Amino acid sequence: MRLLKTLVCASALALCGGAVLAQEGIDDATRAPIYQSLEGKTVAFVPQAMGFDLTEGWAAGLRAALEPLGMKFEIRDPNWSTDAGAQAITSLISEKPDVIVVHNPDVQSYARLLKKAEDAGIHVIQVNMRSSYSSDAYVGVDYVGMGEKVANRLVEKCSPDNGGNGKIAIIQGVLTAAASAYQMKGINNVLAQHPEMQVVSNQAADWDSTKARNIAATVMQQNPDLCAFAGFWDVMDVGTGAAIQESGKDVYLLSQGGGNEAACAGLANGTYSEVISWDVPGQARDISNMIVQLLQLDIKPGTMKTTLFSPLTSLTMDTVKPSSCWSLN
Amino acid sequence: MNIFGRLTQEQIVFGLAVLLCIGFAIALPGFLNPNNLLNLVRSVSILGILGVAMGIVVIGRGIDLSLVALMAVSVAWTLQLAGGGMPIPQAVALGLGFSLVAGALTGALIAYVEIPAIFATLAMGTLIYGFGRFFLFGLDVVYLPDDARYLLWLGQGSLFGIPVPIFLFALVCLGGYLFLRYTKSGRYLRAVGDNLEVARITGVPARPIIVLQYVLSALIGFVAGIITAASVASMNTRVATSTYVYDVILVVVLGGIGLSGGRGGIRNVIVGTLLIGILLNGMTIMNIQYTVQNVIKGVILLLAIVIDTILNPRDEQTAQQGDI
Repeated sequence: MRLLKTLVCASALALCGGAVLAQEGIDDATRAPIYQSLEGKTVAFVPQAMGFDLTEGWAAGLRAALEPLGMKFEIRDPNWSTDAGAQAITSLISEKPDVIVVHNPDVQSYARLLKKAEDAGIHVIQVNMRSSYSSDAYVGVDYVGMGEKVANRLVEKCSPDNGGNGKIAIIQGVLTAAASAYQMKGINNVLAQHPEMQVVSNQAADWDSTKARNIAATVMQQNPDLCAFAGFWDVMDVGTGAAIQESGKDVYLLSQGGGNEAACAGLANGTYSEVISWDVPGQARDISNMIVQLLQLDIKPGTMKTTLFSPLTSLTMDTVKPSSCWSLN
Repeated sequence: MNIFGRLTQEQIVFGLAVLLCIGFAIALPGFLNPNNLLNLVRSVSILGILGVAMGIVVIGRGIDLSLVALMAVSVAWTLQLAGGGMPIPQAVALGLGFSLVAGALTGALIAYVEIPAIFATLAMGTLIYGFGRFFLFGLDVVYLPDDARYLLWLGQGSLFGIPVPIFLFALVCLGGYLFLRYTKSGRYLRAVGDNLEVARITGVPARPIIVLQYVLSALIGFVAGIITAASVASMNTRVATSTYVYDVILVVVLGGIGLSGGRGGIRNVIVGTLLIGILLNGMTIMNIQYTVQNVIKGVILLLAIVIDTILNPRDEQTAQQGDI
């Protein structure tokens, strides 16, 4: 009985004490170590070039997420030069930041350097365009899947079974870029099962809108009954859209991009018929979460291989909302 | 050799163009379709306009490697200002002003500081691009604002069924022709290009004429830039660092304007532009890959230069004058 009394008293006391504690707030014991593991860490970003919607969007998102955590964020801009990019990574390897975020210009160029960086104890995260070397993480579009999605949309729009004539044209970016090479594989996967579809032209416009425009004009001239164009980047496809509008023809333009406000404006004024968007702010969030996780786990770089494929959203004039696109400001 | 001995490079290239034309007409159905031919000229009219600018400079024995960079930066700034709410005419005036001042500065470096044109314009091109990228606009691609959409007519409209850029190309050619042929400065420019020392002794104001070349080139470049922006509703400033300026030189040299200056005219530019247009159009119809197209373009240029060197061998005088 005495024991019971003591127990009751003790638990009552404990409850009171707990209530007092709750009023003052409970300290989260895991919090301090988390901030400690992030404080003062350095993240370096090596894009293909700054100055366009994708890289500016990633950089802005990373800076906004990482700097409040006490991390340093710096950008090494090689301005479209693969050599300069390789040099930037080489010098980073000796400077030893904690994480390198890299945007590969093609599948091969940086592969060995990325391995060297991981051997030197630096985490490597690849963005949107994969290298042939798999590092700690890849965050970006599944381009083979993107190609399949694009081809399926074209079949839906243009296949003779659905009332079209099956004639489509493709305008790629740079042939060796991951976005072009993997995507063609995906497109061919689908088209192989649809012999009724006919690719009347498949050209590379080098990510340049003027080239895209001239190619599109000639292709439409040569195939007046063309059903659809597939373009590999909205910034370049502005040229294709201009050629279609000038010809006055009803050709479907299926484009893709980071979902910047220019894409929504293009849908509204009829430049594109449809844009498949991989949401850049979402990717920036994925990358920064990946960085925070890698630093907390405190593991040896290169031991964890993760891939986060970005979700794809299809925007058309009917489905586009003010919130569908993002702006840098 | 006797039959060909009298042919100039312009005639050779024109012959090549006609041959290609006949070949494509037979091999590619739809090539001779009037709409395709209009489209062909339209697709190279901007290249042709830049060719006129480069042609004038090269006739004056210079070269302008900053042409494309200046075009991209001045027009991108115009669009940027217009996008920020400035009235379009004012934005265009500021962009044009920037272009002319930069052109005059390049000209002064060459005429008064006496830096060789190739180095002065190479450096100026990089400087202008860097300056623009850092101070004037933030993104590589600057879009045409919505309230300037009437400008699109310059690049996408048509007049009597013919695309407007073709008319503008013709106008610029006519202007260039009249300038070189009938104005005093035009004839001075040719004299300076032919032999600077002699021109100076004769009393030609050589230095101001050299400055004039680059101002004209900047002016024509700005026109070409506005048409480019109107064609694709945006200006991609990355052309500044691309190899586009070499395409422009290709048109000029291919047409037969010698890099040693003093020779050639606007007709050469037109012939060179047409050959490139026919080639590009035919190759696109044949669905030849872009990289292979570059190889073919390069081979054609080499071919034209080799034929020219065989038919018009260098003599002591031209060798002493030296090339750029």
